[in-house]
Amino acid sequence: MRRITFQEALNEALMQEMERDSNVFVYGLDVTDHKRIFGSTKGLVERFGSERCFITPLSEDAMTGMGLGAAVNGLRPVHIHQRVDFLVLAMNQLLNMVSNYRYLSGGKVKVPMVIRAVVGRGWGQSAQHSKSLHSIFAHIPGLKVVLPTTPRDAKGLLISSIRDDNPVIFIEHRWLYFTSGEVPREPKPTPLEQGNILNTGEDITVVATSWMNVEALKAAEVLEKHGVSVEVVDPRTIAPLNDDLIIRSVKKTGHCIVADNDWVHCGFSGEIAARVAEKCFNELKSPVKRIGFAHAPCPTTRPLENKFYPNAIDIIRAVEEKLKLEPIDLSNEEFYSWENRFRGPF
Amino acid sequence: MKNSFFGVTKMDRTRLNIELYKKEYLIRKSEETIRKYYMDDEMKTPVHLSVGEEAIVSGVIQAMGKRDQVFGTYRNHGIYLAKTGETDKFFAELYGKKDGMGKGKAGSMHMFLPEENFMGSSAIVATVIPVAVGAAFANKYKKNKNLVFVFFGDGALEEGVFWESLNFACLKKLPIVFICEDNGLAIHAHIKDRQAFKSITDIVSKFGCNVFKSESTDAEVIYNLTVEAVKKQRRVNKPSFLHLKYYRYLEHVGVNQDFQYGYRSEEEFKKWFKVDPLKIQRRKLLKLGLIEKEIKELEKAIDEQVEKSVEFAKKSPFPGEEELLSDVYA
Ligand SMILES: Cc1ncc(C[n+]2csc(CCOP(=O)(O)OP(=O)(O)O)c2C)c(N)n1
Ligand SMILES: [Mg+2]
Repeated sequence: MRRITFQEALNEALMQEMERDSNVFVYGLDVTDHKRIFGSTKGLVERFGSERCFITPLSEDAMTGMGLGAAVNGLRPVHIHQRVDFLVLAMNQLLNMVSNYRYLSGGKVKVPMVIRAVVGRGWGQSAQHSKSLHSIFAHIPGLKVVLPTTPRDAKGLLISSIRDDNPVIFIEHRWLYFTSGEVPREPKPTPLEQGNILNTGEDITVVATSWMNVEALKAAEVLEKHGVSVEVVDPRTIAPLNDDLIIRSVKKTGHCIVADNDWVHCGFSGEIAARVAEKCFNELKSPVKRIGFAHAPCPTTRPLENKFYPNAIDIIRAVEEKLKLEPIDLSNEEFYSWENRFRGPF
Repeated sequence: MKNSFFGVTKMDRTRLNIELYKKEYLIRKSEETIRKYYMDDEMKTPVHLSVGEEAIVSGVIQAMGKRDQVFGTYRNHGIYLAKTGETDKFFAELYGKKDGMGKGKAGSMHMFLPEENFMGSSAIVATVIPVAVGAAFANKYKKNKNLVFVFFGDGALEEGVFWESLNFACLKKLPIVFICEDNGLAIHAHIKDRQAFKSITDIVSKFGCNVFKSESTDAEVIYNLTVEAVKKQRRVNKPSFLHLKYYRYLEHVGVNQDFQYGYRSEEEFKKWFKVDPLKIQRRKLLKLGLIEKEIKELEKAIDEQVEKSVEFAKKSPFPGEEELLSDVYA
């Protein structure tokens, strides 16, 4: 099958959905400038015109409410934020309006809207351009929260999110934009609320979100060479959460590590730990381990930033601890250094 | 009735004023009925009553086309009643019952009825304004001719999202009518202690919005003003902003008067009460040739409708437990 990048996959999903349904429109800061949201909105304004793809004033709050009103009136808005950190200006709309509009209407209205938010990292993004925040969104009843990892899912999940009749927060890790993989040419939706096993294994389960799946797969690859078989489960949709795959996997392996691309305290990783404890208590051979951002704002300087973000090595060390293995010598392993593909300034 | 502003016959005018009075009376009667029963503590929902603003909601909504849409705040009873004319779902909602338009989940502060084009209301100040702007965006996108009317208080003018929404609506020339119902108060805070600007209409006009203002408590005046605004809006393709003053008769939230607390004077109330919207309208109907008996009959019909609805609401069951988790997602 044809291989394309994550960024091209997003672009293709938008292109095909806008083609299919004239109610779909795309808006947000910078969506029509020469950078085109890291390429993901390329060609849209040329193809569909400025009525269906347009930039907005710097008014995240009102523009989110605007999307809600448009959705209630039958359109399917896709609102894009270069960074999820900008979306917090719209928390009022998300928490007070978007998430409960349908409920308060007694089920009469639908709110089909997608909010794409890019998650930053690297090149000194620091505290205000580096958060992920999916745990916060997932806390709110009425919102769906989706985090694609593979290019195939980037396309399939975006298609499903656009066709879904609920508000969907769609979180994209910027480093994933460069990854490539097999993606069907035709618009094939990936169902929401269904996880995906990225690597089948027997000894230990790693539940990972977004970029942390890439780290988990790297960890699995290294550990494989040492006879340890790691199952990597990507939940893909974290709200509402269908935990079937996770529970089945942990029942099989008896060990669970959650590698979340977010802070740990009160986070999604805690939710998984709780569910695993509730549903697999008898099968568990060790306590659930949570891995995530350090409990601090993200610092700018590289040495501290490197400590802030968890990586494959943290996962490997956690696996060794759980399975009571001697530490593997990693000096000959090559780990990701995506910094090189990522020469600033943004 | 709509668009009959120019060259109205007396017949038309009488009919219009009967309609306006019916709206006003339905609102006043419903609110008085809430006041009557509220202390029974069966309507367990905070209420922000529309008493005093009847002329504004009745006049503006009378001028709306059938397909036009409206949004409002927590002070939404007047909008609901004027727009829908129905009281069964209205009271059932206040009583938290299954037959309420929100199945008891919305309560007083969030009620709306999409099937009657009342598209949303919100208890977070100014928060409904961008949503109304989005609805207007959709109407323009779909190239239908529907207008959106959004009501909010003077307090909303201090929220950032009001300015964001106004800016976007004016930038995109959206088919929307902003209606600021200015009672000079945000809860107990006077406007002079909150706003640095003297004239909101001056500022808004700089956005390229058509501005209109009135202090009238005559629903017909408000109606005519709105018709004029809509005509101009359609002609020059710009949003409208209506700045309409009124006096809030009762406490901010709840069913009582509150002059004893000293933040405003009863004298002021008395001044406004001389031009009470219902008094004006009733007097006008007599002048237009209706006889007392006709008016009484019309009032009686509404009294009966409201009393029946209260009975209906009391008898309606509470929603079943399954409703707690239904409609969180579509
Ligand atoms: C964002 C927000 N801040 C504060 C409140 C508390 N509050 C409720 S009503 C109100 C006053 C609003 O005044 P105004 O907009 O003039 O409307 P009115 O009640 O006079 O109709 C306030 C401050 C709120 N609901 N939402
Ligand atoms: Mg006020």
